[in-house]
Amino acid sequence: MLRVFAMSTAASDASLNFSFHRVSAMVRRYWYLLISSWPRILDLIYWPTVQMLMWGFLQLYVSKTAGFAAGAAGTFIGAVLLWDILFRGQLGFSISFLEEMWARNLGNLMMSPLRPTEFVAALMVMSIVRLAIGMIPVSLLAIAFFGFNLWALGLALVAFFVNLILTSWAIGIFVAGLLLRNGMGAESMAWTIMFLFLPLTCVYYPVAVLPAWLQYVAWCLPPTYVFEGMRALLIDHVFRGDLMLEAFAFNAVLFSLASYAFVRLLESARANGALVQTGE
Amino acid sequence: MDAKATAAAIAVRDLVKRYKGVAAVDGISFALPSGSVTGLLGGNGAGKTTTIAMIMGLVTPTAGAVSVLGAAMPAQRYRVLHRMNFESPYVDMPMRLTVRQNLSVFAQLYGVADATERITQLASELELNEFLDRPTGKLSAGQKTRVSLAKSLLNEPEVLLLDEPTASLDPDTADWVRARLERYRKETGATILLASHNMNEVERLCERVIIMKRGRIEEDDAPEALLARHGRENLEEVFLDVARGRQAEAMR
Repeated sequence: MLRVFAMSTAASDASLNFSFHRVSAMVRRYWYLLISSWPRILDLIYWPTVQMLMWGFLQLYVSKTAGFAAGAAGTFIGAVLLWDILFRGQLGFSISFLEEMWARNLGNLMMSPLRPTEFVAALMVMSIVRLAIGMIPVSLLAIAFFGFNLWALGLALVAFFVNLILTSWAIGIFVAGLLLRNGMGAESMAWTIMFLFLPLTCVYYPVAVLPAWLQYVAWCLPPTYVFEGMRALLIDHVFRGDLMLEAFAFNAVLFSLASYAFVRLLESARANGALVQTGE
Repeated sequence: MDAKATAAAIAVRDLVKRYKGVAAVDGISFALPSGSVTGLLGGNGAGKTTTIAMIMGLVTPTAGAVSVLGAAMPAQRYRVLHRMNFESPYVDMPMRLTVRQNLSVFAQLYGVADATERITQLASELELNEFLDRPTGKLSAGQKTRVSLAKSLLNEPEVLLLDEPTASLDPDTADWVRARLERYRKETGATILLASHNMNEVERLCERVIIMKRGRIEEDDAPEALLARHGRENLEEVFLDVARGRQAEAMR
C-alpha cells in the first residue's frame, strides 16, 4: 500500500481551486535563482541606471540651450522611469518564464499540479520583485543626480504604476502564450515586443506630435494615457484622474484579450505537441 | 470506457494522434491494472513519447480517450496530477538551484505536507545527502538522474511514468536506479509505465510489454509469453523481429 502522506490543498476536488501555496513555491524558485546569480541582479539595475543618466543629462542640456526648462521640468527623467516600469515589468515577467525554457524545466511544471493561473500569478509577483530591485536604486539616483523625486508624485505614482504594470503583465501573458506555442523561436518577441509601444505610446513627446490618424492608435494603448498624465502633472501640475480611469478601462480590455490569447495558445500547444518540444 | 478499463490505473482506448495528417499514434488501446509495471517499447518515431505525453495530459488526442486514476485526460488532469509523477532525462531541474531547493519547491508544488521529512527520507534512500546543498547543474549525469528520480517520488505517486529513466547512465548507475524503482514499486504498489530502449531493463522490471511500431501496438503480452511466441531467448531479439517485420518468419 502507498504510505499515506498528507497532502495540502491538492488532496480533493478543492485542488481544482487556485492555490497561493503553489504560487509561493514558484516565487521561491525564482527567488533562489535570482540570489544565486549576481550578474542577474546587476543586470536589473545596470541598464535602467544608464538610461536614466543619459536622459537626465540630455534634459539638462536641452533645458539650458533651448529655454525649455519650465516646460520640460523633469519630464524626460519621469518618462524614462515610467517607461522602465512598463518595459522592465514585462521583461521581468517574460524572463522568469524564459528561465523555465532555458532550464528545460517546463515539462516538470506542466506535469505538476501547478495551474496556468498560478504560474502566471507567480510571474506577476516576480515582475514586481525584479522591478523593485532595479527601480528603487535608480529612482534614488535620480534624486541624487537631478533632484527628480519620483516618489514625490505620491498617489499619482500609484495610478501610473498600476496602469503600467497591468499593461506589462498583459503583454507578458501574451508573449508567454507565444513561447508555449512556438518554443524558443518566439524568444525575440519577449525582448522586443514592448518597443512597439515606445513610439506609439508617446513616452517622450505629447500625442499631438503624432499624425492625426496615428493618434487614434495611440489613444487605444493604455500607457499613452499614463505618459500624457505624467506630463500634465509635471508641466501643468494637474493630476488627470480621467486619463487614469480611461487607461484602466483599456487595460481591462487588453488584459482580457491577452488572457484569452494565452488560453488559446496553450490549447494549441497541447494540440500540436509543442509542450513536449519546447526547443527552437 | 468499459468497466475493466475504468478500474485500471491507466486506460487508453482507440487513441489517435495526428500531426498535420500524419498519425503519430494510430488507434491504440490498453489498460494497465493498479500496481502493474509495463514496458512501452518501440523504435524512434514509434509513438511512445506521444502516447506518454497524452497520458500525462501534455498533448490533446485527435481521437480516443485516456483515463488516469479515473480522470479523463487532459480535461480532468488537475484531479489526478498530484497523484502522478514522471521522470525523463529530457527534462531538467533548474541548474542553479541546489538539490535541496529544487526538491523543496517541487514538494510544495505537489502539496507534500512534511516536505523536510520527505526530502530527508528520499535523500537517504537515494543517497543524495552528500550533494543536497550543491547546485544541481554541478552534478554528474548519474547524480542528476538520482535527483530527478527523487523529484518523481516526492509525492509518492500512485502512477509513475518513466521515459528512458536510465538513458545515458553507466551500467552500474543504471542498475542502481532499476533496483530503487523495483523497491519503490514493491513498497507502494504504484503503477509504473516505462518507456525504454533498454531490453534488459524491461525484462527485469516489467511484467508486461507493449511494443509499438508506426503508432500501432504490434505486441502486448508478458515478456515470457513474447519470448515463447517468437521463439527467442531475449526481448532484444523479439524487439528486432517486430521492428524489422520479421514477426511472421520468426513465429513459423
